[in-house]
Amino acid sequence: MAILAYFNYWVFAVLLVIGLYAVIAKTNLVKQLIGLSIFQGAVFLLYISMNKVEGGTAPIFLNGNTERIFSNPLPQVLILTAIVVGIATTALGLAVVVRIREEYGSVEEDDIKAQDVGS
Amino acid sequence: MSIEDHLPALQIVVPLLLAPVVTLLRVRSLPWAASTATSALTFVLAIALAGQVATDGALSYAVGGWQPPYGIELAIDQFSVLLLLIISGASTVALVFGKASLDREIGEERAPLFFAAWLLVLAALCGMVTTGDAFNLFVFLEISSLASYVLIAAGPDRRALMATHRYIILGTLGATFYLIGVGLIYMMTGTLNLADMALRIGEVSELRPVLVAAGFITMGLALKAAMFPVHAWMPNAYAFAPHAVSVFLAACATKAALYVLIRFDFVVFLPHLAEHAAQVSAFFIPLAVVAFLVGSTVAVFERNLKRMLGYSSVAQIGYILLGVALLTPLALTGAIVHLFNHALIKGALFMAVVCIAHRTGSVQLPAIAGCARAMPLTMAAFVVAGLSMIGVPLTVGFVSKWYLIQACLEFGVPGYFLAAALLLSSLLAVVYVWKVVEAAYFKPRPEEAPELCEAPPMILASLWLVTLANLWFGIDSSLPLGLARAASMTLLGEAP
Repeated sequence: MAILAYFNYWVFAVLLVIGLYAVIAKTNLVKQLIGLSIFQGAVFLLYISMNKVEGGTAPIFLNGNTERIFSNPLPQVLILTAIVVGIATTALGLAVVVRIREEYGSVEEDDIKAQDVGS
Repeated sequence: MSIEDHLPALQIVVPLLLAPVVTLLRVRSLPWAASTATSALTFVLAIALAGQVATDGALSYAVGGWQPPYGIELAIDQFSVLLLLIISGASTVALVFGKASLDREIGEERAPLFFAAWLLVLAALCGMVTTGDAFNLFVFLEISSLASYVLIAAGPDRRALMATHRYIILGTLGATFYLIGVGLIYMMTGTLNLADMALRIGEVSELRPVLVAAGFITMGLALKAAMFPVHAWMPNAYAFAPHAVSVFLAACATKAALYVLIRFDFVVFLPHLAEHAAQVSAFFIPLAVVAFLVGSTVAVFERNLKRMLGYSSVAQIGYILLGVALLTPLALTGAIVHLFNHALIKGALFMAVVCIAHRTGSVQLPAIAGCARAMPLTMAAFVVAGLSMIGVPLTVGFVSKWYLIQACLEFGVPGYFLAAALLLSSLLAVVYVWKVVEAAYFKPRPEEAPELCEAPPMILASLWLVTLANLWFGIDSSLPLGLARAASMTLLGEAP
């Protein structure tokens, strides 16, 4: 089955679009950030999927055994960094939303725009 | 190894290590002084590096002694040196210039953290333009973005927060697109080193993932570079950021993203993807033309001066992209030299507006009515920088427009239309610069308005330093032009 063979990549694409949709369509700032997290999560999945080698195991050398097939460890290391970046982005984004709520008393984009037109 | 061999790494390490130190300095203007000193040191390192590249040619530095392509490589050529000079120079000038306005906007309590974020932006931008590793580039891209969100959110107006939120959303989308692209290329080539990637893409048999990656990377970086039509985050972010931050980011933040875009497209994709040249031209030329026509038109109708300059930046980025998309050595030289020149022009214009805002307390057009009589030096600098943006001879703006228009004319009839559009956009620039000049010189000062006087000497001195640089490099443009010419030759793969 050609479609099922790329199952991980299908999930990646679907999650990516769900996240992007939330970012674009939602007017609630927190929901936008949730969408952003889903969007980033999809990319983590892409990286994790690509490191899989058929029949491969965790890339740990044990007792000098070099005969086994290992999965590629590099994408995992890369995506660990990207996950850290993602956490930092979400944390910073939420902190800004908290400040926005302190200033405007709302996290709805329409409310906030309406208030700024007045001032 | 002597210290000179480590210059490429010091460029990044010095500001990166001093950023946490600055958070500990909690005495009055000490954080400002420490960051200014660090930034100046980075500038000196950039000059030293420029000297090394001028004598020895392009440098390669293996971080931690791990040889490329396995380790992270810092690759420094004339193009990166030009960008390093812009970034560290802009940061230093903006810090010296911005002392008074930052004291007012940031306050003593938040200053240590604010300046730490500033140094992180500086370190990450330097990293972006020196690294030769695609994933390392993503990390630097995100460090610079995260830290600049902090800088923008520090703006005194509450609208700065919404501008930051928007920038976070769009900036993260852009960086994640870039990450997807890098992942796809890694999947096909098994390498992250840019030079190595360029070699191996030629061996890839199934090209579709690479094409998709080219699309993702171009789009992601275009978002970061505020290319039309994905520029929506930029005018508000610049308008509501603290004044000194506007000067710094307007001069170099989008430039670094453009640098990466140019580097990726020319080094990795262009020589190895058959259709890429036609695709780049077909994609960028229409967008660039619309960018400078729409950007300039919106700027004409804008009444907030900082937003006006932001929209004018959208137009200027359009010029740079046009030069990139024409793909000839002349056009690419024009585009790269405009990266440098636009930093000088927009830096000076923002600084002049900030001087006015410092005294009048407002950046709205009506508030500056008649201020030229009280602030003749500031307004004179604005006029010189404005002429430079329009592209009057003897200013830097003329040099880059001359190159771009010449490059357009090489293409025959379609090129005439491009040149005409470019000139039309310059005429629109005359209109919006004139609006400010008219208000400042020819409108009477309202009766009830407070008395004005010239900005403090340190601010004025740094404003005029940049303004004179506009004239200096307009008359003797050999330094930026030489670097730009060498850079475009390397990028197009021709012997200099």
